[in-house]
Amino acid sequence: MKHQGIGARVPRKEDARFLHGRGQYVSDIILPGQSEVAFLRSPAAHAVLRGIAKPRGLESVVFTAADLAGIQPITAQCTVPGYKVSVQDPLARGKVRYAGELIAMAVAPSRAVAEDIAEQIVLDLDELPALVDAHAARATTTRIHEEWEDNLFLILNYDNGFEEHASKASVVVEREVSMARQAMVPLEGKAIVADWDFRADQLIVYTSTQVPHVIRIGLAQSLGLEEGRIRVIAPDVGGGFGYKCVLQPEEICVAWLALTYKRPFRYVEDRREHLIAGANSRQHHYRLRAHADERGRLLALDAEVTVDGGAYSNWPFTVALEPGQATGNLPGPYDIKGYRCKTYCVATNKPGFLPYRGVARTSVCFAIELLMDAIARKVGREPWEVRRENLVTAQAMPYINVTRKHYDSGDYPKSLDTVRREIDLDLWRARQLRSEPDGRRIGIGFASYCEQSAHGTSVFAAWGLPLIPGYDQATVRLVADGSLEVRVGVHSHGQGMETTLAQIAHEVLGTDIANIRVIHGDTGMTPFSTGTYASRSIVMAGGAVAKSCEALIPRLLAIGSHLMQCASNTVQYMPGRVVGPQSSVSVREIAQAWYRQPQLLPPDVDVNGLEATIGYKPQVDTGAFSYASHAAVVAVDVDMGSVEILDYVIAEDCGRMVNPMVVDGQTMGGAAQGIGTALFEESPYDVNGQPLASTFMDYLLPGPTEVPKFRIYHTETLSPYTAFGIKGMGEGGAIAPPAVLFNAVNDALRGLNVEVSETPLTPRRLLAAIERASAQRAPASVRSARE
Amino acid sequence: MKASAFDYVRPPDLAGVLDMLRQFSGAKLIAGGQSLLPLLNLRLARPTLLIDIGRTEALRAIEDRGTHVRIGAAVTHAELEDCLIPDCPMLRTVAGGIAYRAIRNRGTVGGSLAHADPAADWPLAMAALGATVVVEGKAGHRRLPADGFMLGAFQTRLEEDELVVAVDVPKLSPDARYGYYKFCRKTGEFPEASAAAVFDPFSRTARLYLGALSGPPQPLHDLAATIARQGLAAIADVAIADAVDRVAAGDSIERRMRCAAVTRALKEVFAE
Ligand SMILES: Cc1cc2nc3c(=O)[nH]c(=O)nc-3n(C[C@H](O)[C@H](O)[C@H](O)COP(=O)(O)OP(=O)(O)OC[C@H]3O[C@@H](n4cnc5c(N)ncnc54)[C@H](O)[C@@H]3O)c2cc1C
Repeated sequence: MKHQGIGARVPRKEDARFLHGRGQYVSDIILPGQSEVAFLRSPAAHAVLRGIAKPRGLESVVFTAADLAGIQPITAQCTVPGYKVSVQDPLARGKVRYAGELIAMAVAPSRAVAEDIAEQIVLDLDELPALVDAHAARATTTRIHEEWEDNLFLILNYDNGFEEHASKASVVVEREVSMARQAMVPLEGKAIVADWDFRADQLIVYTSTQVPHVIRIGLAQSLGLEEGRIRVIAPDVGGGFGYKCVLQPEEICVAWLALTYKRPFRYVEDRREHLIAGANSRQHHYRLRAHADERGRLLALDAEVTVDGGAYSNWPFTVALEPGQATGNLPGPYDIKGYRCKTYCVATNKPGFLPYRGVARTSVCFAIELLMDAIARKVGREPWEVRRENLVTAQAMPYINVTRKHYDSGDYPKSLDTVRREIDLDLWRARQLRSEPDGRRIGIGFASYCEQSAHGTSVFAAWGLPLIPGYDQATVRLVADGSLEVRVGVHSHGQGMETTLAQIAHEVLGTDIANIRVIHGDTGMTPFSTGTYASRSIVMAGGAVAKSCEALIPRLLAIGSHLMQCASNTVQYMPGRVVGPQSSVSVREIAQAWYRQPQLLPPDVDVNGLEATIGYKPQVDTGAFSYASHAAVVAVDVDMGSVEILDYVIAEDCGRMVNPMVVDGQTMGGAAQGIGTALFEESPYDVNGQPLASTFMDYLLPGPTEVPKFRIYHTETLSPYTAFGIKGMGEGGAIAPPAVLFNAVNDALRGLNVEVSETPLTPRRLLAAIERASAQRAPASVRSARE
Repeated sequence: MKASAFDYVRPPDLAGVLDMLRQFSGAKLIAGGQSLLPLLNLRLARPTLLIDIGRTEALRAIEDRGTHVRIGAAVTHAELEDCLIPDCPMLRTVAGGIAYRAIRNRGTVGGSLAHADPAADWPLAMAALGATVVVEGKAGHRRLPADGFMLGAFQTRLEEDELVVAVDVPKLSPDARYGYYKFCRKTGEFPEASAAAVFDPFSRTARLYLGALSGPPQPLHDLAATIARQGLAAIADVAIADAVDRVAAGDSIERRMRCAAVTRALKEVFAE
């Protein structure tokens, strides 16, 4: 058998069905008699909802908040002082707070007819001033939530040794950077089919989610139903990215229909709905002041962060997660001694902020890494040198940083050295001195980050969230044919866990992974888990799978030795067999005995048999920190304002790699999304809070020709705290690209005195920056259209 | 995002198409559907009847007519990408640069001209090529120059009951040169700026057009004439900027991109 365990590049088991178009997504589920749901969404960003007139004759197939009797609104508590709770009715009641908010739903045999009905509903809206800009929303007397005294979800203040260390600095560098709002754009949007199962006396909800068990809890609360009477099934899910880690108002509405009418209903989000009502991530603004020495050593950092939180806080993670992560992660992989940060999370008339792949770290990495380059320019050193000056060293590990995060292990400078070598900085620096035949300008950019993964109870409990992760369990069952069933409560939606969890089981028991079936995505079939988010699943579920498999070994040894009639202390477990002094028995033979021939078993056999459910939690719950450095070379066309990526190198370390091919795939996918954030993706609004990018005509994503071939290098620094030393890495790829590409562009345009710091870098933004810089450089009369 | 209800017909021939168009005022033609379908799904267009001309034989031919080549209105971008018409090599270049192959497989030349998106490729390319749009309707047969066929964004000289049946593209001599440049934010997007140039010393043709404006493509006739006389030397930044300013209002960024597009199209003309 070829190596299949931890570290093997085995092809993904799930790909056969995906590549043949045989995946089963919620939209592929068609139940007899199923009705389709279309939502009427708010056309206004901020308005008093005075009335809703149902179309005459169609009253019975149109539903508003008034019809949803007994439904609890979405409210998410959080114990951080000053945090304000928002109340979100699944269908708006009294007021609408963002364009795209659900107001009513129409039900019909087909979606087209449901849309026909929905568009006949007449709304009486009294428009209020829309709060579109987070800074302006802080200043105004208009309230998004009337009962609040301002428009702030939360203010966080953090200070650890700032004044003391700032006073030692000789160099001060100030910058302002910002990221645009964007959508997450999974291939599959939200999708829900709900039905009533009379036999089980259960509400069955198929939903495209990362967290089926959490959705069960949320639906039970919202609908006022016992959890036991709800089963949530997440079949194949076409991408989550954080968009599907929270309770969705659409889930409540469709579940309510099925609960009320005891028959199946379906809703599938379309792309326009996604781009309007899903514009919910990344929008941060930073004012930064670095206090450094003349070598570029960052002694103290002062920051003011503004998160545009949108209208509502989500359940269960709350909108507080984002400002919290921003405040806590801004110092990045650096050894900074003084840090002061004030973070505002502001309510605006936009969809409520959700944690997108990277969760705040894409923005904080953008902020600190642009600042690093600015410091380098100021002190006249190479950006990589200044980074190296500041990175936490391998000798310092484990390291408690200035925000009291516990960096478990790693060699951060080495990853930077690797990308510098592999990108061949000297070669490009030499080429920069010559001018390109096509007139473009070349630039090289770097960024480093570290990424907390699989952080658990203490971290989330500090936030006082309504739902806090603890242990994860796995159930393993050796079947009579010798194959293995593995059940986990996390969900795999692109991460390849049907393969990697099988590899972990194989590592322990030696079962051929072709004969290991990983079962997930069904509250009726899997142990409880808070689900897949925060790069936690391979650490948590992986650890639990290992523990459960290990629990079977003594039982196999006991039966095996009895079958061979030898003493139990003379046998040992080898992959797939129990081996005695003279003979051996296969796991299959043992399983046959257990299930079919119990007369062959020892009298004192462990009656728990060949099935085990064991929980797992790493030795510390402060997280295992993955890290990486990225480097890129770009060519900038200063006439068109376009950026081409000529080369892109990544050196990452996520501890022990379960499957390097999967690590590569996750890294590439994340980095492609990061390129989207850097150069293309943006959900702009007009002054009335109307979304301006509601189709792919206006909302651009990187395509195959915009994503370069990433050259990825790995090192493996094991986490001292997790099973096998594994660290989570699902989010990492998406963190660094905006920082790297902006640094590269700024490097390319150094001679023009251009510095860009606002995503996405559209041709218009880039050209505007070039024109601003040239206006400052020379009087208008001596300039031509070409630089 | 589902279209509102409509009826659908596919008449057997062109006469049938014209009949239906005359009879039903709420009708709309559908060729490749690559512009119309999104409008239907967004419910921005709500025709009561779709008349499918995508497979109408009379609109599907590419014919050599001696001095020119006649391209049927329902010929797809992909068909033009895949066949080399020796005397009209620019058709292949332009066709291959439209959107993605999946869209080119369905989108048609006639649909593109009739839809009249200012950023589209065929209105610009056909103007630069000096093509003629052949139109059929109640009033009979009309021949309209491609330059001027588009009146404004999504507006043409077509009457309600008329359709485009073909485009006549003049053949170029072996000495002719052309340049076609468009700047798109990413592959397959509509351009931010575009320009097309056709120079044929044999027929004393010198055409230069600027596209992706708020209205129809605009000719830069004087600049083209100067360049035809003086060659590469006339491609000066100032001259280009002046010519662009004369036909298109815009902010400094639009101007910068447009000038660059014109410059690059011209450089292609003179490239070895
Ligand atoms: C993602 C995407 C990217 C695109 N990128 C580009 C691009 O880069 N460059 C570009 O030029 N185009 C682009 N297009 C548009 C594409 O080229 C379309 O094919 C073209 O605009 C319309 O052709 P069609 O045959 O699909 O017309 P349809 O969509 O069928 O019809 C469009 C309109 O024209 C009318 N019509 C169709 N045929 C006739 C006729 N013979 N006579 C009169 N009226 C008629 C219809 O009634 C309708 O109003 C893109 C489209 C998409 C979806």
